Amino acid sequence: MLDLNIQGTFTFELVSPERKLISGAAKMVTIPGEEGDFGVLPGHSALVATIRPGVVEIIMADGVSQRIFIAGGFADVSPTNCTVLAEEAVNVNDFNAGDLEQTIRNLTEDMTMAKDDFEKARIARKLTLTRAKLQGVTGKISA
Amino acid sequence: MPTLKEYRNRIVSVKSTKKITSAMKMVAASKLKKAQEQAEASQPYAAAMNDMMRRVAANVVVGPHSPNLLVGTGSDKKHLLVMVTSDRGLAGGFNANIIRRARLEIRKLIAEGKDVKVICVGRKGRDVLKRELGDKIIESFIGIGAKGKVNFADADLVSQLVLEQFNAGHFDVCTLIYNEFRSVLAQRPVAAQIIPFTLPEVAAVNENKPPEKPEVKSPYSFEPEEDIILGQLLPRNLGIQIFRALLDSAAGEQAARMTAMDNATRNAGDMINKLSVQYNRARQAYITKELIEIISGAEAAKG
Repeated sequence: MLDLNIQGTFTFELVSPERKLISGAAKMVTIPGEEGDFGVLPGHSALVATIRPGVVEIIMADGVSQRIFIAGGFADVSPTNCTVLAEEAVNVNDFNAGDLEQTIRNLTEDMTMAKDDFEKARIARKLTLTRAKLQGVTGKISA
Repeated sequence: MPTLKEYRNRIVSVKSTKKITSAMKMVAASKLKKAQEQAEASQPYAAAMNDMMRRVAANVVVGPHSPNLLVGTGSDKKHLLVMVTSDRGLAGGFNANIIRRARLEIRKLIAEGKDVKVICVGRKGRDVLKRELGDKIIESFIGIGAKGKVNFADADLVSQLVLEQFNAGHFDVCTLIYNEFRSVLAQRPVAAQIIPFTLPEVAAVNENKPPEKPEVKSPYSFEPEEDIILGQLLPRNLGIQIFRALLDSAAGEQAARMTAMDNATRNAGDMINKLSVQYNRARQAYITKELIEIISGAEAAKG
């Protein structure tokens, strides 16, 4: 049986297609799964999950916590490892709420001018993303 | 016979060409290094994605309900080729090889009575293909990696278009034609089928299945169900494959340009040597001629 030692750490990796963003020992990670947020502690049972756009919170081994926004992706969890595959990852501190609100306004405007369904779907995707970013910044995390 | 001045001019012009080619070689070498680093940096994601695909695939029964990206549309009448070339030339046979390969593929498919469409990535390929097969091109992407870096967003644009076309039923099979980066000296044009997708081998994973519960094939739990995850992984995987092809192509382009420019520099050097010899000979002949004239002039005056 696995040693469910909560005091311990596990290897956490955050990779984007372009590079490895974070790699190191972590105490706990909270992931916004498609079917609800879940926390990962050392000894978590093996799990593969999809991630919705949202904020991943990582508490590294030294107790420093990081909040990273990811635009959806996948999580691969095993008792000793947690790998998050993210398409786009940005530190939440790098966002500016004002800019995001502006982007949302622009996109909503674009939406009314979209010519066909494809374009509409594309804009809708961006809109959901930006809204999720804004949520990450303002701290309101809805399920 | 050219005059001395003409020789001098030619030597000067070859020298400046040599300067340009050797500078281009240097630039290509440094860009190549960056491109290689980038290709390496994308490795962990691709590996993790592959891992996950294998894990999910081990738990999915492929059947008629499986996503079309995996099982295909049940037909292979309509083909889509994604051809990756560079935007700029002067890279030896880099683009010509890809275009030749693509043309071969297109002709073959047409001969088999199939419907072919092409998406061009890179200006060079588009320009050539537009002339002879312009009606087959549905879209071109120019300027990818222009800033010395291929962004995943660029690859995503291409893959979004491919997916849209696929979901709209515009094609059944998609093949990616690009230059594989084998080494600095060798880039090989390859054609890789990306739709329908072939799942990685699952045999190794099935061995460690827990015996007590026969319906569970691996100790992994999936959230949501594996079918749904697979449905989301496949389009992602498509993006990654295109991204990696673009990265390979970008590194290959610089490597090919470096080799081509190295050759050009060497040829220019040879040419300068040859011209210098000719110039010196001509100069000596000229001096000899003048001497003869002076001496014979003096002789005539004496007599």
